[in-house]
Amino acid sequence: MMNTDQLVQLFRQAVPAQSIISEKTSLRVYESDGLSAYRQPPRLVVLPTSIAQVQDVLAICQQHAIPVVSRGAGTGLSGGALPHKDGIVVSLAKMNQMLAVDPLNRIAKVQSGMRNLAISEAVESLGLYYAPDPSSQIACTIGGNVAENAGGVHCLKYGLTLHNVVSLKMATMEGDLIDIGANCLDWPGFDLLSLMIGSEGMLGIVVEVTVKLLPIPECAKVIMGIFDSVKNAGDSVAGIIGNGIIPAGIEMMDNLAIRAAEDFVGAGYPVTAKAMLLCELDGTETETDDQIRQVETLFRDNGAIDTRVAKDEQERALFWSGRKAAFPAMGRISPDYYCIDGTIPRRSLGHVLTEINNLSEKYQLRVANVFHAGDGNLHPLILYDANVPGELNKTEELGSKILQLCIDVGGTITGEHGVGVEKIGEMCIQFSDHEREQFHRIRHCFDPKSLLNPGKAIPSLARCAEHNAMHVHHGQLPFPQLERF
Amino acid sequence: MGSITESIAGNIEDQLQQQVLAARQSSTPLAICGGNSKTFYGREIVGQPINVAQHSGIIDYHPTELVITARAGTPLREIMALLEKNNQMLGFEPPLFSDSATLGGAIASGLSGPSRPFSGPVNHFVLGVTVLSGRGEVLRFGGQVIKNVAGFDVSRLLVGSLGCLGILLEISLKVVPKPATELTIVLHHADADAAIVSMNTLAGKPVPISAAAWVAGKTRIRLSGSKAGVTAARRAIGGKVDAEGAAFWSGIREQTHGFFKVDRPGNRPSKQSGKQLSQPLLLRSSVAPATKMFCQNKCQLIDWGGGLRWYSCTERDDNRDSSVQEFEDAVKSARGYVTRFRNGDRKSEVFAPLPDMILKFHQRLKNQFDPDGILNPGRMYRAL
Repeated sequence: MMNTDQLVQLFRQAVPAQSIISEKTSLRVYESDGLSAYRQPPRLVVLPTSIAQVQDVLAICQQHAIPVVSRGAGTGLSGGALPHKDGIVVSLAKMNQMLAVDPLNRIAKVQSGMRNLAISEAVESLGLYYAPDPSSQIACTIGGNVAENAGGVHCLKYGLTLHNVVSLKMATMEGDLIDIGANCLDWPGFDLLSLMIGSEGMLGIVVEVTVKLLPIPECAKVIMGIFDSVKNAGDSVAGIIGNGIIPAGIEMMDNLAIRAAEDFVGAGYPVTAKAMLLCELDGTETETDDQIRQVETLFRDNGAIDTRVAKDEQERALFWSGRKAAFPAMGRISPDYYCIDGTIPRRSLGHVLTEINNLSEKYQLRVANVFHAGDGNLHPLILYDANVPGELNKTEELGSKILQLCIDVGGTITGEHGVGVEKIGEMCIQFSDHEREQFHRIRHCFDPKSLLNPGKAIPSLARCAEHNAMHVHHGQLPFPQLERF
Repeated sequence: MGSITESIAGNIEDQLQQQVLAARQSSTPLAICGGNSKTFYGREIVGQPINVAQHSGIIDYHPTELVITARAGTPLREIMALLEKNNQMLGFEPPLFSDSATLGGAIASGLSGPSRPFSGPVNHFVLGVTVLSGRGEVLRFGGQVIKNVAGFDVSRLLVGSLGCLGILLEISLKVVPKPATELTIVLHHADADAAIVSMNTLAGKPVPISAAAWVAGKTRIRLSGSKAGVTAARRAIGGKVDAEGAAFWSGIREQTHGFFKVDRPGNRPSKQSGKQLSQPLLLRSSVAPATKMFCQNKCQLIDWGGGLRWYSCTERDDNRDSSVQEFEDAVKSARGYVTRFRNGDRKSEVFAPLPDMILKFHQRLKNQFDPDGILNPGRMYRAL
């Protein structure tokens, strides 16, 4: 294996010295993404500033069989950007410019390192915005959003990244630079665009993204529903959708989440409530007022003990502040927390939350639940202390049990955070050998040497044989000291 | 709920799988068919028919989940009727072209109706599929929930793949509530460019537009949503309400609108020879919606708020080639794509050519799903 100096020399053929990070201490910045339980410094970080540089870097990696992990802002929650111990990280952070806006066609072409929120800010004066709003939108990049098919609180109505990207420019491991999708509303051939979105950096490196821009709604209002049972809150959500209303966002929090958020930001949340719903509606002023009234009635018909409508923009922001601070709020009541990302059919919510409570008691770990209630995406937050020996392993085991529960009710192991390294074991439960083999075959079409983000998203057959055997025969993971990827 | 029992469906699935495995053994090409409503689409192929229509029935539907799962052979009519009963609909308004149209055919052809620019194409509504690959393996991808990012998005890769990668067996779709109010307004734009600017300007405003088209000097804008929202938008846009609005949209979706009618002067049997002339070649071009009108001399229908330009080439045989070429060149300069949608020579390529680099990945994918090249070979491109 090459030493660091040799490796630096090699990549100097592609990028200038200032675009290479090789110092041990500086590499630490890149050793994990938003899932900090997994850490691994890369051998080098390369920060290209042009498409040609990205292509040159990939050519070197292909020639010397060096694993490549691409990275945007590193805010992902599944370890998708965790470096490979023998590989390099390609950070797209310096390629962060908006390249073109076409207001009449309502699209914008941006470099993949541009921040999600910066896109909306740049086109706000045109009355347009980019709809997907993952909670990390202030920092996360559009390239990372594409890799993970990121969602956000508004995706029930406005869709995920998939629904809001029209084309990509992608550098492949074999040296091609390909355009996928088009500025037209459809194009000939297979839907490679859908295949690329959410492919977790395993099929190529996306260098440019053309996104769809939507008109900013005239008005948005939010109503809070307060419930003394999770079931009533769940029934309210079904009632709203059953009545043909698609809210811009509808979020549920359980008691522990409500209390933690309230302690943290003082949003005026009802700390004794068993469940709370925040429902945002948007459209014209009269339309929104109409729907707020309908939702208020539906909340009450389904047993809400109280409802509150935010009276102005300031109060709307306050209502949302607690929900948006739910994750950091956990940090105040627990040294560490672990966020799960399963999706379930909404009708199973009561059953799943009861089972999560049972598991929480069994494992003696507190679990707070926040829920993108409209689309069934559940985020149980397991509270633990990494300094207590064995507690992280216990937490991961509980997390795995929760994901198994999601699969059992017809759901999935990840709604929006991706598989990464985190849920690679659960992929063995959700997909059969044939299905996983087909994933590997698809990967092979684009990256024959398997150098792009190796070890992520799609487990090997051997790994699954081991994983499933452990699960079936023992019900809990033995050898907790072993690395899990 | 399904029209056949689970065990019968299981048997049909087994039979289909056996047919594929046998075809692999004997290297026999298979021509997948459902309701035969879209046989005109794509290239003409020769193959042993493999019929999916009998694999029918709605498997699961919970209106408040906004998800329906059905077998590929289920008639679209049956699905639409059930959704209608629950005040819901398919958000991509698929064209049927015949009452026999099946769900599998709608997904495999990937055709979306007039709502496409505003509520999204077919693939945005597909949540998961069960597919029989050319290897003879039954595989499930995606799921029955709206958000799901586990594994590559194979279910959407299969949308519009014309059966070249696998035989769809089951499909889960996201469905949407029917709008409380819907109306169509008519604006007069003799000039297509004025219509294109108008439609795209409106699409950039927060108004509940669900379709926008222009034909023969009239722009039609469909508004769908709450009564308050639609009323406010109608007032802001102006124009007159088209009492026949619903019929207009179904007419351009199903191609029963006068524009698509075969019986036009140029198509009547020639009086001299009494010989039936060939049917007009229907060209479909997809361009960025705000693209200026091209080929002004050619009668076009504009749908998708400007994004779709239809041209029915009624020229006689000797003029046809140059006329088609002129249209295709214009679309190419506008960086769009032409499909020879209906009629004409179906043995040559009918879809816009793929760049070599992209074709390479198509061939590799085809090879990974269908290594013996037995599934609808050549239906999309000769090389696939």
